[in-house]
Amino acid sequence: MKKNSFKAWLYLLPALIFLGVFMLYPLIDVLIYSVEEGYNSASQTSFGIGSYNFSYVLHDPYFMQALQNTFLLVIITVPLSTGLALLISLGLTSIKKLRNLFQTIYFLPYVTNTLAVGLVFMILFKKTAYSDGLVNALISIFGGQSVDFIDGPYWAKMFVLCLYTIWIVLPFKILILTSALASVNEMYYKAARVDGTSKFRTFTRITLPMISPMIFYLVITGFIGAFKAYSDSVALFGTDLNAAGMNTIVGYIYDMLYGDSGGYPSYASAAAIILFVIVLTITVINLMISRKNVHY
Amino acid sequence: MCITEDSEMNENNTANTAPAAEPKKKKSFHVMTVVVYILLSLWGILVLFPFYWMLLTSVKDYGAYSSEYVPQFFTLSPTADNYAEAFSAVPLGQYFLNTLIFTIITTAMMLLVTIPAAFAFSRLEFRGKNLVFTLFLALMMIPNELVIITNFQTITDLGMRNTFSGLILPSVTSVFFIYLLKENFEQIPDELYKAAKVDGTSDLRYLTKVMIPICKPTIITIIILKVIECWNSYVWPRLITDDKAYFLVSNGIQEIRENGFGRENIPAMMAAVVLISVPLIVLFVIFRKKIMEGVSRGGTKG
Repeated sequence: MKKNSFKAWLYLLPALIFLGVFMLYPLIDVLIYSVEEGYNSASQTSFGIGSYNFSYVLHDPYFMQALQNTFLLVIITVPLSTGLALLISLGLTSIKKLRNLFQTIYFLPYVTNTLAVGLVFMILFKKTAYSDGLVNALISIFGGQSVDFIDGPYWAKMFVLCLYTIWIVLPFKILILTSALASVNEMYYKAARVDGTSKFRTFTRITLPMISPMIFYLVITGFIGAFKAYSDSVALFGTDLNAAGMNTIVGYIYDMLYGDSGGYPSYASAAAIILFVIVLTITVINLMISRKNVHY
Repeated sequence: MCITEDSEMNENNTANTAPAAEPKKKKSFHVMTVVVYILLSLWGILVLFPFYWMLLTSVKDYGAYSSEYVPQFFTLSPTADNYAEAFSAVPLGQYFLNTLIFTIITTAMMLLVTIPAAFAFSRLEFRGKNLVFTLFLALMMIPNELVIITNFQTITDLGMRNTFSGLILPSVTSVFFIYLLKENFEQIPDELYKAAKVDGTSDLRYLTKVMIPICKPTIITIIILKVIECWNSYVWPRLITDDKAYFLVSNGIQEIRENGFGRENIPAMMAAVVLISVPLIVLFVIFRKKIMEGVSRGGTKG
């Protein structure tokens, strides 16, 4: 038994070392960083313990901007993308011909490099001196006023960011919802048909309750993912997100850590913990709502 | 056989009775189908359009592109110059090589860490197993953003900035993969293990000769997911490398956007984007089923 036990730990050893060094230790360390005031990464000294880092971050206009952007992004993209994914999945389930082709096409954004395709979106929406860009050309055809979506007004930039985020996250949601829809037992639909139930009623009384666990799973992961948005914004607006006014909370953390504005691991840690608390709170609220409404 | 006939009969019955009972509905049903196809195609076009646009722009001549005030939807004189430019004006080949090395080593190390751990959790008995496993599960909930700060400091302190070890080591482990593989290992019947033990097969031999071959589909799934993750990883490489010699493709594309080609050479930029996108799309076309199945089991994005 004892020899066996030793062997088991040997098998676990690599995983334990990696997780210990790169997850467990950092987890404790980030808490320490966040309460060390005036930490200097060169001399590795600090003045003392306190909550100054948190108050600094919460009073930093850049953080407030990042917070606002992130919340807007979450509130807009999570319901829209989940709803759109549900509509598309319902459409996919209702057809037979070409279903596989559509599914394959819809999945493509998942396997693309966020940074690379973001450049394409930027070019489509950008307005430069020598060209209005495709989207603005289309707007002009329909008689609208052209807008620079990349360097222009806030709402325009937010619009592109939301659009790109939805484009990126939809494949996963469509995939999950189509397989959820496919797994609803055919018997229920047959029974409903025999009873002469209307299509709408069948949807609200059978389909929706049956797939509600998956919808809530998507809402929860969607919230978490959207709160951690960062690379989509970089792809569209470049690395200097503060200047573009399009930073996100995660972007703020990295900017504090590294780059031209970097060198402040304490502020980064405080911001990371604030983000974690926000995400945790939202997730708990989501779980409480789902417990009331989801039919398992 | 009998059962299938029965269900077919049932379907035929409903199919026969339904139109008879409500003949008017049939037409509206067709209209609905057409609408569904139109809407689905519309979304398909929206998904494909950026890909078309990057391909199109990448074969447009630089001069021609610059003179288009209103962008054209096609080109009559495609050119491959931009692709040559993408490799000669910026070290795109270097970025590719780096990403390839990073992806292969990280994925290989991930397997070396994940498989033994999953094996220990699923087959071996030892004291504290439940406690350690619970701890592992708890770690799954920790967001990367929380630990990346210290990892950045650790790697910097170890002098591993701008090295492959610095890039790879923190990217190796994934608790989720250990969990996924452990679940799969546990489905192999116990009797097989006991029989092997009676035959005097060692644990390691049992793992490599029996368990790994049986669970090959799951292992392939996690390999594919890891490869996608590595190919697209941006944040960690950006933090840890500022020497172009160690840039991965994501950082490379960002660098190209900010400083490469002269900012306005968009056709060359698009050629680089196409080149970076192609490997994963090819992988996807080959392993379509496996990737979609794997992602629905364990991938998240967004």
